[in-house]
Amino acid sequence: MPKVKIARKSISLDMTAMCDMAFLLLTFFMLTTKFKPDEPVSVDMPKSISETKLPDIDVMMITVDKEGKVFFGIDAQPKREEMLNSILGKYKIGLTEAQIKEFSLLTTFGCPVSFLPQYLKMEDGERRSYMDKHPELKGIPFDSTNNELRDWVAYARYANTKLRIAVKADAETPLKAVSQVVDILQDQNINKLNFVTNLREKPKVKLD
Amino acid sequence: MAEVDTGGGGKGKHKKKGGKKVSTKIDMTPMVDLAFLLITFFMLTTTFNKPQTMEVNYPDKTVKDTPQEIAKSRTAVLMPDENDRIFFFFGEKNEDVQETNYSKDGLRAMLIRRRKEVKARLGKDPIWIIKATDKAKYKNLVDIIDEFYITQNTTFAIVKITPEDQALVTKVKTMAAPTAAAQ
Repeated sequence: MPKVKIARKSISLDMTAMCDMAFLLLTFFMLTTKFKPDEPVSVDMPKSISETKLPDIDVMMITVDKEGKVFFGIDAQPKREEMLNSILGKYKIGLTEAQIKEFSLLTTFGCPVSFLPQYLKMEDGERRSYMDKHPELKGIPFDSTNNELRDWVAYARYANTKLRIAVKADAETPLKAVSQVVDILQDQNINKLNFVTNLREKPKVKLD
Repeated sequence: MAEVDTGGGGKGKHKKKGGKKVSTKIDMTPMVDLAFLLITFFMLTTTFNKPQTMEVNYPDKTVKDTPQEIAKSRTAVLMPDENDRIFFFFGEKNEDVQETNYSKDGLRAMLIRRRKEVKARLGKDPIWIIKATDKAKYKNLVDIIDEFYITQNTTFAIVKITPEDQALVTKVKTMAAPTAAAQ
């Protein structure tokens, strides 16, 4: 019996098509991606059925963490710089060009104005651990004797008049802290707020 | 894998003369590897979903001394506390404070019932007032507003709790405690 000879096939295949597709997807993801900004606090938001999306631009984000500490941030670097310069002028604190630049890169921050020079000197990763060790320096003061949050809000709105205000608070945050922040906003005639929430499924409800 | 010279595949079908012709095929395996690695990276780091927001309007503080002449027959006051309990009463401040919770048959059923009842009686939507107690959590407020939206009760206001209302809640709690213990 003659031996059946199996034809040896080349296992090499044309990868051009696959390669094309891979790069197409790669380009897509590279262009659409927006890196999650490093936030000084992690906040677990409550859920709601609201599907309104938070806009990308002109947003002032006030974050309130579990302990009621307040963090603050606005978008767009030039606006941040403008806001910071007004604050520095008011509190008579000098910062170097490099520190101002560093500040303009922060999406959210939370410390008293007097601590800003040291805060900006630290590395990104260092800040959070430092703040955990020094809870008294964590967050922007907003009590009646030292209401820095009010100034930040005022100057931020001065720098960008179109700002929409979003409040992002942890589900476990005492409502009192949030109410206090809302009070400060209301004092500046901001009555329209956006509570940032996670999406949950809308339950079916029979209304009639 | 893919190789530079594909001449070796068949049984010498393409015999090259002099080997001057250089194949234009290149090994794409590493490139594809890298491309997929990067795709994976960007896919995992990308954040597609933007956060959702719930729009809430607070009353204007600058408008002062507006007579609060809202129909008492339409209003109801909700007072959530920190233990996921909600105390509420309808209309005028009265001793008839009831309690409910965040379950489907609790708050939601109550909201639907009340809306139907007020609509039938007055042809208007009911008005809700949230007065959170001192220790209530942010979640409680959001949950209640969320239930409002679910049941299409869109007329509501968030107001600071008065000491009287706070006292009312404490009173109801202390009154309810012995009976609960007795059971």
